Amino acid sequence: MARKILTEHINVPGIETFDVYRKQGGYTAVEKAIKTMTPEEVVEEAKKSGVRGRGGAGFPMGMKWGFLAKPEGVPRYLVCNADESEPGTFKDHHLMKSIPHLLIEGMIISSFALGANKSFIYVRGELMYVIRILEKAIAEAKAQGFLGKNILGSGYDLELVVQPGGGAYICGEETALLESLEGKRGNPRNKPPFPAVKGLYQSPTVVNNVESISNMPWIINNGGDAYAQIGIGRSTGTKLISASGHIQKPGVYEIELGVSVEEFLNSDEYCGGIRKGHHLKALVAGGSSVPILPANLITKTAAGEDRLMTYESLSDGGFATGTMLGSGGFIVFDETACIVRNTWNFSRFYHHESCGQCSPCREGTGWMEKVLHRIEHGHGSMHDIDLLVDISKKIEGNTICPLGDAAAWPVASAIRHFRDEFVWHITNPQEATAPGAVYMGDMALV
Amino acid sequence: MEEVKPQLLKITFDGIEVEVEPGTTIMQAARKIAEADESQGHLVPPAMCYYKPLPVSGGKCRACLVKVSAGSAKDPRPMPKLVPSCITQVQDGMVVENTTNQAVLDTRKSIVEFLLINHPLDCPICDQAGECHLQDFAFEHGSVKTRYEEERRTFDKIDIGPYVQLHMTRCILCYRCVYTADQITDKRVHGVMNRGDASEISTYIEKAIDNDFSGNVIDVCPVGALTDKTFRFKNRVWFSKPEDAHRDCDKCCGKTTVWYRGDEVIRVTARKNTWGEVTDFICNTCRFEKKQTSDWVLEGPTKVKRSSVISANKYRKDLVAKPDFALKLAASQFKQIDDSRPYVTDEETIRHQSIENNDKANHRSLAANNN
Repeated sequence: MARKILTEHINVPGIETFDVYRKQGGYTAVEKAIKTMTPEEVVEEAKKSGVRGRGGAGFPMGMKWGFLAKPEGVPRYLVCNADESEPGTFKDHHLMKSIPHLLIEGMIISSFALGANKSFIYVRGELMYVIRILEKAIAEAKAQGFLGKNILGSGYDLELVVQPGGGAYICGEETALLESLEGKRGNPRNKPPFPAVKGLYQSPTVVNNVESISNMPWIINNGGDAYAQIGIGRSTGTKLISASGHIQKPGVYEIELGVSVEEFLNSDEYCGGIRKGHHLKALVAGGSSVPILPANLITKTAAGEDRLMTYESLSDGGFATGTMLGSGGFIVFDETACIVRNTWNFSRFYHHESCGQCSPCREGTGWMEKVLHRIEHGHGSMHDIDLLVDISKKIEGNTICPLGDAAAWPVASAIRHFRDEFVWHITNPQEATAPGAVYMGDMALV
Repeated sequence: MEEVKPQLLKITFDGIEVEVEPGTTIMQAARKIAEADESQGHLVPPAMCYYKPLPVSGGKCRACLVKVSAGSAKDPRPMPKLVPSCITQVQDGMVVENTTNQAVLDTRKSIVEFLLINHPLDCPICDQAGECHLQDFAFEHGSVKTRYEEERRTFDKIDIGPYVQLHMTRCILCYRCVYTADQITDKRVHGVMNRGDASEISTYIEKAIDNDFSGNVIDVCPVGALTDKTFRFKNRVWFSKPEDAHRDCDKCCGKTTVWYRGDEVIRVTARKNTWGEVTDFICNTCRFEKKQTSDWVLEGPTKVKRSSVISANKYRKDLVAKPDFALKLAASQFKQIDDSRPYVTDEETIRHQSIENNDKANHRSLAANNN
């Protein structure tokens, strides 16, 4: 059995209550941090652990904390990004609803490290019941003296606020989240200034993902070095993977970074293999926005090495033959899945979620969706394929926030790896639009 | 005592060195170059959303993206992405490429395309035509043909107040009017609703903007989305004659441009600078109610840019000259347009335009269709 950091106690009955969580060793990290450590030492442990942002970008958390500006007399804020809305990603949801105190403990430690006296958890609005669970847990922690004024007699005050979002994917982008938290329309801000300098209410702010923050209790209890021991190279620790699609056992799994994709996909401990009688066609390894890969490139890199579940190995080969770990949304397609339809579906999502602030994303996402819709429904023409590639190139990198990239990558990669399927859709419109029709190509021979 | 001057920063913009104060944006540095030497006006990146008098504007339309090939003297690494020049502040020793970088020009062309795919292109009946920033932008950087085959989004026209009409179909969502509304009133009734390409400028359920300065949203609008209801369909702007004028107004500065057709005042706008930006907002009384010459003290004809159709009644002459490529092609491959005919066909027009704009790809696709 692989080591578990986040989900070790997740199946203990009643773990969502303070008493059971405390019995399992909960809140000892808060005691240790606040009573025996200085904020700088906590930041140092986070840096040593090498834990990388689990929201998708994979930026080292300790380094992010180090960038926080600390001007005199200005409050600092910690904001937890729980606006998890990427198609295929559902790990934070699972973590918060099952073991809410883990996040709260992490928030207390992280806020202490950053010197924030008011911290926010921004939860996506659809998860109202999770918000209630979190609020209940916060009330319990407050009653036990772990939150509020003068925590554990140390003189450190912390107020924790749970804020429901309005239901927009874009509010998972950190600056849009801050705008939304301030009560404005959730439009991403232009950067610089970065949130670490001017964030929430123009004050220095750190925005971290739920999973990143939930790693902090373990890091404090066992030390950053122990955390860095787990995993491979710069991909340290464990990662929650939300596995979905055509597999035997969809669900949320905690893996040590460095497990091979092959093992994760086929071992009974994790996904349990592709559903019976079918075989792997394509795989999205890190949530809908990362490039899709065909079966041959996902288990082996272009150089023929085994592909591992790490930030580096998955992005091996760049976007030509690689992808990204992203937020860990592991979506598996067997040969019955239509890539064109799937790409259209992803594209429709990004079209719907574009905030409409900057022109490439506002107009480009809609354009791509319409063209893909046309191809999927048998009205495409050959130049549409190159048109799609061109639009995605023109969006990528030219937008205010990464949503433009996220919309462009799935389309560009689907065409890069499954061009013949697009061509088949265009040249055989009648066959392609028949109910249940799927392009088999070489797959038919397997 | 000697005044302490801030250290000036030196940046190189398209090979031209300029010294600017700290905190200046790349766009302002480029405008400084153009103001010093008018012949360099073409170097200035286009601005569709950025509006200097509105402090938070900019960064949205991406029309002004430029390449920073050296970040600063201290850290001469190039910036990985193209940056919006309107909001990126200069660093000492920065090297910026605008018209000298093909990637920048390609991106700009695609931004025109993006802005136009949902634009109705109803210039022939649009009051903004002739002073439309999108028209200028598309003329300078756009392509003749569109690759967009889908349906365009449309909205119903909305009256906002007695004087202003909102035609959302034409809007490019620059947010300038929203920021103007923010500036002129605390009780904002003018914002953006919905998301993505469905977002629309709204006054929250068509509530009229009840403010003496609401008419300024017409001036800041780069396209014909917000139009003056007292001027709608009255005249083409290039048939009217602008005169600087002022009057003693107790609400605003009273300095305006009065537009004449013959002896008749057909509209009043605020004065705009070289970059199409209003310097002083004017009140609704001056704008909508003072339409008699006797209301105004005339100062003389407004200075209009040579490139503007308002002054020349046509587009710039230097752009009509045919490049070599086109001449050769026209001679070798195309039959002469029959000049005795009183008309030209659309196809011929497009072909000619593609030759004139040096749009080889477009030409090739036309040639392929013919064969």
